[in-house]
Amino acid sequence: MGDTITQIKAKAHVYGDHIDTDRIIPGKYTKTLDLSSLAAHVLEDLDPNFNKIVQQGDILVAGVNFGCGSSREQAPLALKQAGVSVVIAKDFARIFFRNAINIGLPVLEIADHSIEKGAQLEVDLKEGTVTDLDANITYKATKLPAIMIDILSEGGLVNYLTKHGNYSL
Amino acid sequence: MGQTISEKILSKHVGKKVYAGELVITPVDGVMATDTTGPLTLKAFKAMGGTKVFDPKKCALIIDHAAPSPNERIANLHKMMRDFAKEQEMRLFEIGEGICHQVMVEHQYVKPGHIFIGADSHTPTYGALNAFACGVGSTDLAATMMTGKIWLKVPQTIKINCSGKLQDGVTAKDLILFLVGKVTVSGATYQTIEFCGEAFESLSLASRMTIANMSSEMGAKTGIVHPKGLELDYDYEAITPDADAKYIRTFDFDVSGLEPQISAPESPDNVHNISSYEGTKINYAFIGTCCNGRLEDLDIAAAILKGRKIHPDVRMVIAPASQSVLLDAISNGTMSTLIEAGASLITSGCGPCVGTHQGVPADGEVVISAANRNFRGRMGNPKSNIYLGAPSTVAASALEGYIVNPKKYLL
Ligand code: SF4
Repeated sequence: MGDTITQIKAKAHVYGDHIDTDRIIPGKYTKTLDLSSLAAHVLEDLDPNFNKIVQQGDILVAGVNFGCGSSREQAPLALKQAGVSVVIAKDFARIFFRNAINIGLPVLEIADHSIEKGAQLEVDLKEGTVTDLDANITYKATKLPAIMIDILSEGGLVNYLTKHGNYSL
Repeated sequence: MGQTISEKILSKHVGKKVYAGELVITPVDGVMATDTTGPLTLKAFKAMGGTKVFDPKKCALIIDHAAPSPNERIANLHKMMRDFAKEQEMRLFEIGEGICHQVMVEHQYVKPGHIFIGADSHTPTYGALNAFACGVGSTDLAATMMTGKIWLKVPQTIKINCSGKLQDGVTAKDLILFLVGKVTVSGATYQTIEFCGEAFESLSLASRMTIANMSSEMGAKTGIVHPKGLELDYDYEAITPDADAKYIRTFDFDVSGLEPQISAPESPDNVHNISSYEGTKINYAFIGTCCNGRLEDLDIAAAILKGRKIHPDVRMVIAPASQSVLLDAISNGTMSTLIEAGASLITSGCGPCVGTHQGVPADGEVVISAANRNFRGRMGNPKSNIYLGAPSTVAASALEGYIVNPKKYLL
């Protein structure tokens, strides 16, 4: 995966199912190009404490349908700005999933995890595995389509297109 | 092997027969971004080396989500969009021209059989036109604007077949709310929904847009209404599924006995018959949005409010979906009926739908809205509650001060 970091060891922040983009970043904060301003409001209607406790590199873990709702790319951007290094969910809403890959925020789909709040996780992005060090369980994520692996390997779609000029399969 | 509508549209574009599950890179017929997604799109476009959009006639920018600009930060983003449109010689739809999805259809940026990519999650609305339309985020849109192409996985299709005719006083909004309740907010993730059957055949284009619009609320990649009965003022070639097309799932409903529906806080699939919520006190009634801000929606509200006054404890906001809807509602008398009844008219655009301006509810307040989403905080205040219903339900509830079945005003 080029120069991008592929091994992450960090703490899990665990939330539930159907976390919509309004809860990830409310619409009223989205109209900006000052991306650092997004971090202050990330998840504020879900957990007002999140932006105070999140540490650089932490991992966000959720249930099903993470990121449903709007197409706002500000949702994965806000998480990335807040320091989140990877999002793990049972499954994702499709626009959020594409957006996250496009901006270079790794997302892993693990259909049946039982990761608990505060767990220490070790993620290997290259292998697509997540090890819950507290529970001593290793999960395997669903494989991404090849083109998404290519985009993520370049660090996002901007770099991918700057390099290749066009899409290829 | 038989094909679904989306397999056919994608096959035509890529020049060979493709089926669900295949990855394709397809040319597109149009793209658009709004003032929520546009500024980031333009930033990404420049960052990826974009100089010229692939075809200025097929690209549009729309200022609708915060129009007119409520503060200097957003005013500057609007200016950035105007400057870009000028430089690229592409069309920018100004404040008040309307909501992105409405103007794309009215101005024929999208037509039957097209593939359209919009940087807004309700882009599937154009499935009303027998088109394949998907929402994406800003960076994806920038890439499509630059290359004229997008990569997609050919989606599997869910077929929703509704037999029976809707009763008088029951509308397309009630039908789609009912379906969202059944399929759930993630029931169609990554998939196309094909809507077919008698219940859809007599629907107007506006009502079909209401149906396709809320495909997004089921997680779908796109939602396409079967073209049977679709009347347009230009000729088109209808794309219909083959009899032996493969569906991943099929739903069959008889909707002839359907009652008006309500989606209760705080998820669009929390849907029940209106009787479960009749009597819920409301503070604020809103009719507008890409879901239900068209002429037929304003007309039905006016039919209920004609010669009456809304309840003194309720305020009512109307945001026509476009300038052309507004002009029609002025010339047929609907607009004066609504205003005489006590409603307040705001600029055509998204208005309070997305919580940026023009009518944020107070703490503890209850909203009855004709929009498509009622997530917590959606209208700008996480301490308010949003109920979704048909424009008829919103109007009747504004009159009485609590949620009420609009049927008695319509029969
Ligand atoms: S009216 Fe509401 S749902 Fe429709 S495009 Fe505007 S903000 Fe989105």
